[in-house]
Amino acid sequence: MYNALGVGVQETVETATQFQPFFPGLIILLPLIGFLINGALALRHAQASASAVRLGGELDLGEGDHLPATHTLPSYVAPGVMLVAFLIASVNFARMLSVELHDPHVIEYWTWIATGAFTVEAAIQLDQLSILMTMIVTGVGFLIHLFSVGYMRDDAGYPRYFSYLNLFIFFMLVLVMGASYPLMFVGWEGVGLCSYLLIGFWFSDREKSDAGKKAFIVNRIGDFGFLIAMFLLFGMFGTLDFVPLFSQAADLEYGSGLVTAVTLFLFLGAAGKSAQIPLYVWLPDAMAGPTPVSALIHAATMVTAGVYLVARSSVLYALSPIASATVAGVGVLTALFAATIALKQNDIKKVLAYSTVSQLGYMFVGVGVGAYAAGIFHLMTHAFFKALLFLGAGAVIHSMHRSLHRTNNHQDPQDMRNMGGLRAFMPITWVTMWVATFAISGIWPFAGFFSKDEIIWQTAAFGGAAKAPYPMLYQVYWVIALVAAILTAFYMTRMMVMTFHGASRTGVEEVKHLRESPPVMWIPLIALALFSVVAGWINVPEALRETFMGLGPLTGEWLHDWLEPITEQAHHIQELNLGEVAEQAPFGGGEVTWALVSTTLALVTVLASFQFLRRQNVKVPAEDTELSGFSKVLYNKWYVDEIYDRLIVQPLIKSSRFCWKVIDAKVIDGVVNGVGWAARALGFVVSMFQTGTVNMYAFVLTIGALIILGVSVF
Amino acid sequence: MITEALVLSAMIFVLGTFGVLVRRNAIIMFLCIELQLNAVNLAFIAFSRLMGIDGQVFVFFVMTVAAAEAAVGLAIIISVFRHYETVNVDNFKLLRW
Repeated sequence: MYNALGVGVQETVETATQFQPFFPGLIILLPLIGFLINGALALRHAQASASAVRLGGELDLGEGDHLPATHTLPSYVAPGVMLVAFLIASVNFARMLSVELHDPHVIEYWTWIATGAFTVEAAIQLDQLSILMTMIVTGVGFLIHLFSVGYMRDDAGYPRYFSYLNLFIFFMLVLVMGASYPLMFVGWEGVGLCSYLLIGFWFSDREKSDAGKKAFIVNRIGDFGFLIAMFLLFGMFGTLDFVPLFSQAADLEYGSGLVTAVTLFLFLGAAGKSAQIPLYVWLPDAMAGPTPVSALIHAATMVTAGVYLVARSSVLYALSPIASATVAGVGVLTALFAATIALKQNDIKKVLAYSTVSQLGYMFVGVGVGAYAAGIFHLMTHAFFKALLFLGAGAVIHSMHRSLHRTNNHQDPQDMRNMGGLRAFMPITWVTMWVATFAISGIWPFAGFFSKDEIIWQTAAFGGAAKAPYPMLYQVYWVIALVAAILTAFYMTRMMVMTFHGASRTGVEEVKHLRESPPVMWIPLIALALFSVVAGWINVPEALRETFMGLGPLTGEWLHDWLEPITEQAHHIQELNLGEVAEQAPFGGGEVTWALVSTTLALVTVLASFQFLRRQNVKVPAEDTELSGFSKVLYNKWYVDEIYDRLIVQPLIKSSRFCWKVIDAKVIDGVVNGVGWAARALGFVVSMFQTGTVNMYAFVLTIGALIILGVSVF
Repeated sequence: MITEALVLSAMIFVLGTFGVLVRRNAIIMFLCIELQLNAVNLAFIAFSRLMGIDGQVFVFFVMTVAAAEAAVGLAIIISVFRHYETVNVDNFKLLRW
């Protein structure tokens, strides 16, 4: 039916409403080709780059435009394949827009696994959700690739960096376009691998390579959950392909134990990948990687895979109120918990890392309260504004690093206590990052307002549903979500003030070297800033339209309607079992009222904390030891790493040491060496018979012959 | 008839075995082994009267092997004698643990 690239071979008379895919296989294939080209180049120059890494990991190329030969090809190939992939994805998106596609369009390439009853096709699924994710991955991915061309310019591992980045995109596309859980798992593991490779990109630094290992190991715990869930699903349905699986799942009993088990195990996987409590600890450490990597992998795309997984499995989650409540509960707790930690961090990337964990929490609240479209909506807007924040931070770090490097200053270029007043030197970065800050704080009309508010409102509405399973619980969730939103506005303003406002704390000599980034870096910032403003306008609920959108004939609740074919089954199950959702929030007031309240709160928080923090003198550098009380607890991230170390890591190391020193070294080696020793001892005793006396040999021989004779006769 | 032949064979065999066990002279021991072989040959011949020609064929094999063995064995004894100037086996104790 389809040839290798998935172009439809027309067999039937084509109708106008049929979806015609446009080389969808190429979208996945292009980044792989990019990986092969850049990888080959990286291998060819491995020697040179390895020695440069030993010498400090850097080629100082100066201000000129001249690039070394190793840089030329990756600079064009890596962003180039991304651009083409994005364009192809856009064509597919446009074609899907123009037709009514109800059932997912699955394209099978070959049979990947065929064992007895279990078959997995290497197939991609094109539907509203996967094409949206593909657009985000390739679009944001392209901008970040472009930014990297400027950011990684001075790095000796340039081709290696781009080969990993392309490989990451390849696996991410397998994850979102795969038509079955096993294929999704392939992408899932692949992005984990690339995350590990890129966190530990500067592997000659022990701390950074350890951070990569931590990410990999913590994710293994989540992957265990994913695998168990797949086994259970196969046991229940006999297939792991999305289309037949979900159509069978609709017939399951509401709230059955098996569905709850499956969804909880799946959520364990999602919590690992998307850095939720209790598995979030790897993400802040993952900031050891290059900053564009943090933007791409640890903010915009990979970490949202868990949200995608839950949204994809919406039918299953809708069937299990316990699992949904768990998802929302973990999400809301993570949102608050990470936001409190972000209040006291001094590393610009750490603030953003905890902010990402917190925002991912919001997404899980969304998908946990059955608002799957709202979760995906926040995923999308977050991809824009958080990628922008990270790239902005990257531009700041790049500039700071260069300035400190030129003046032989060994201070930390990421520590905000060394910054201040940067807006004078980096105006574009300053403005775009404020846009992102408004967006993440949820201020109208920026993107984050629409998506975050939708989630918060849906939480209240879900808790107020006629037959809501745990109404009180959802009210608590709602309050926590509101509090976390205010904290978000505060820590983001704090970061902006410490970085861009007030007096410069960088140093007199150092300041002379601070520059705005080159165009290849600020163009992506401006593009993302544009999206951070407008992306929210694609999904404005009916109720808000009059009050909040005086912006002309816009799209209405487009995203919600667009994702309807994916979520309608889940919504149907919910309506059947929970009844209509509430029109009123717990303390009265409708959607408009609370939207007004939350955006006002956010705006007031931003303005108040801006005024307050700007006057506060940040000491250069403030000593970590000066903190006390609760601030100290927050600064030390609630001591979670220490607690994990005490409760899990140390006992594990001790038991491993026991297994090594006692069980392996004593017992197992004892048995093996004992067998050898016994054989030698026996041989020594028996060798005594070899006396050299011929007569004795003859005598023993005769006796032996007589014994054999005797035995055989009697 | 066969009984007498087998009794004679057994006697010669025991004589040979006894000789191998008690004598120390390598050549005598060697001759005693030949005695054992020939005792067995005698038994083969005796049985071949009852059971067909196979026994006689076997005898030829035994004689051939014995001849080869004698050649090798005597050669060893000669070279040992050249070294030790004795053929008493009690003196040959070099190959021991």
